[in-house]
Amino acid sequence: MAKKMIRDVIRDTIDEEMARDENVIMLGEDIVGGNGAPGGPEAIGGIWGTSGGLWAKYGPDRVIDTPISESAIIGAAAGAALTGKRAIAEIMFADFIGVCMDQIWNQVAKFRYMFGGKSKCPVVIRMPYGGGYNAAPQHSQSIHQFVTAMPGLKVVMPSTPADTKGLLTQAIRDDDPVIFLEHKFLYAVSGEVPDGEYLIPFGHARQVTQGDDVTILATGMMVARAEQAARELAQDGIGCDLIDLRTTSPLDEEAILDSVERTGRLLIVDEAPPRCSFATDLSALVAQKAFASLKAPIEMVTAPHSPVPFARELEAAYLPSPEKIMAGAVKLMSWRRG
Amino acid sequence: MQLSREALIRAYRQMKTIRLFEERLHDEIALGEIAGFTHLYAGQEACAVGVCEHLGPTDYIISTHRGHGHCIAKGCDVVAMMKEIYGSRDGLCKGKGGSMHIADMGVGMLGANGIVGAGAPIAVGAGISAKSNGTVSIAFSGDGACNQGTTFEAMNMAVVLKLPVIFVFENNHYSEHTGEAYAVGAESMTARSAAFGMKAVKANGIDFFDVYQTIGELIEYCKAGNGPASIELDCERFYGHFEGDPQRYRGEGELDRIREERDCLKTFRTKVTEAKLLDGEALDAVDAEVTALIERAVAESKAAPKPTAQDVLEDVYISY
Repeated sequence: MAKKMIRDVIRDTIDEEMARDENVIMLGEDIVGGNGAPGGPEAIGGIWGTSGGLWAKYGPDRVIDTPISESAIIGAAAGAALTGKRAIAEIMFADFIGVCMDQIWNQVAKFRYMFGGKSKCPVVIRMPYGGGYNAAPQHSQSIHQFVTAMPGLKVVMPSTPADTKGLLTQAIRDDDPVIFLEHKFLYAVSGEVPDGEYLIPFGHARQVTQGDDVTILATGMMVARAEQAARELAQDGIGCDLIDLRTTSPLDEEAILDSVERTGRLLIVDEAPPRCSFATDLSALVAQKAFASLKAPIEMVTAPHSPVPFARELEAAYLPSPEKIMAGAVKLMSWRRG
Repeated sequence: MQLSREALIRAYRQMKTIRLFEERLHDEIALGEIAGFTHLYAGQEACAVGVCEHLGPTDYIISTHRGHGHCIAKGCDVVAMMKEIYGSRDGLCKGKGGSMHIADMGVGMLGANGIVGAGAPIAVGAGISAKSNGTVSIAFSGDGACNQGTTFEAMNMAVVLKLPVIFVFENNHYSEHTGEAYAVGAESMTARSAAFGMKAVKANGIDFFDVYQTIGELIEYCKAGNGPASIELDCERFYGHFEGDPQRYRGEGELDRIREERDCLKTFRTKVTEAKLLDGEALDAVDAEVTALIERAVAESKAAPKPTAQDVLEDVYISY
């Protein structure tokens, strides 16, 4: 075990997989940086510091610095993957998905199905997402609800350094396309990471805290906020079963339903706006499959139905906080019929 | 480039197969036999075949919504293609894709594509593989896709990464129902391609020999590590944008004229017989052979099993 920041875990995991399999390539804007500039290549190593040193080690045919051309980045990753490579594409901010949505939605996600199962497209699309940096409406969004809704894609949202390693290794070796969502605010989070080969299969949630009163479901940055809330709630005698879903597609339905059947109360925490969202999807799942277990209406703590605002005060008000999560749990505990 | 008798027969057979495949589909669609949207390639055969006769299974192509010709030229099984268009479980894509999504990775055919302009970026990725294999990647597009931003991004990226990608623009002068003179803002598509910093040439898309010769030189150029290239092929679309298109945008007598004066199959036949490279008898024999093949493809497709509701969820994921 070694203690590492998530950004270093990402770089080291890609490094390990590129060393293991010569067909693994990566491409994106400024993943090398400095090409064609006086400072020279490797001036950047990815604006999030997730690819430093890889260009020098593996060369420009495998660590491919691209122009600002998101559609061509995803298309190139797709074409390379259809022809024998394993491509890791970086979209600098998840918000830019709008620019390359066709290549993700109509191409990468559908190839295997519409070609009758006779192709594979092992692409990992890494997308830094989420709020916390006051980066304003076009650089702060959570977009997992869109990609989770698309058949053919797998969607990963790690929240810890160890999970980042296990899930990214799995993603790179997976023969289906994977959207790998990295929360920008978690890049500097440190934690123990297993040495050597470490894979976490998709569709298996992680139990963060155990309790019998309220089930809390969260992903990404929301996990730490929910964990803080759960710790404080425990002091007030409310036991929280906090589940980090880790992948939104596939979804660990069993872990969710088992927990709700035990607690009878469900609190969903989601960084995205509330309409037609991952939170409403989870809510529908539990309402359909565990209705008889519910002791109170399902509670959701989500962002509001607004763009992510810029000013510190506004963004803080926008994001689900430990306080809002605690209030949600208290509301669930105090609910009485009629 | 001097072609052997065998190569000439093969090229003619490929073009004739495309022509009869499309003409038969036109009839079958009119009878209501086929579901969905179909875009026929007839008229442009010399483009697909002139390019693909240079290619092997590890050279890659990506196609468009008007993709049957590219599929046949690249070696997709004609009977399995027909079954796919008939929506059979035994079709090349198990009835999941239909006319607009025929693909066969085994022959380097990365798919027809229903989104205009989506192919060029994917061809850039195949160009990454082609560069490491010593092969070439071809993006077939039309004068419609040449105006898409994705095409511009792909052309620039191929230049930046110096990839062996050839952007083949089949200029049939119509993007759907709108004329090239209106929709292509540049005075010349070829000049615009050159402005991206790549070698850009033009050839006569109704003359197989001109296409074959010109693209052959470009393939050598790209494989030698010179980066990408582009070619504009001046050609004609004998049918509408889609089957059922009333084609009110056509000029008076236009279809009769292009079929009479600008038919690549007629051009081929005239050239090879006048030069005494092949005789009419040999070409007629190919016609008979292809007619029988298409007849068999349709008969087998009509009898082929349909998919069932249980098949809907198959192949969404390899493992989930």
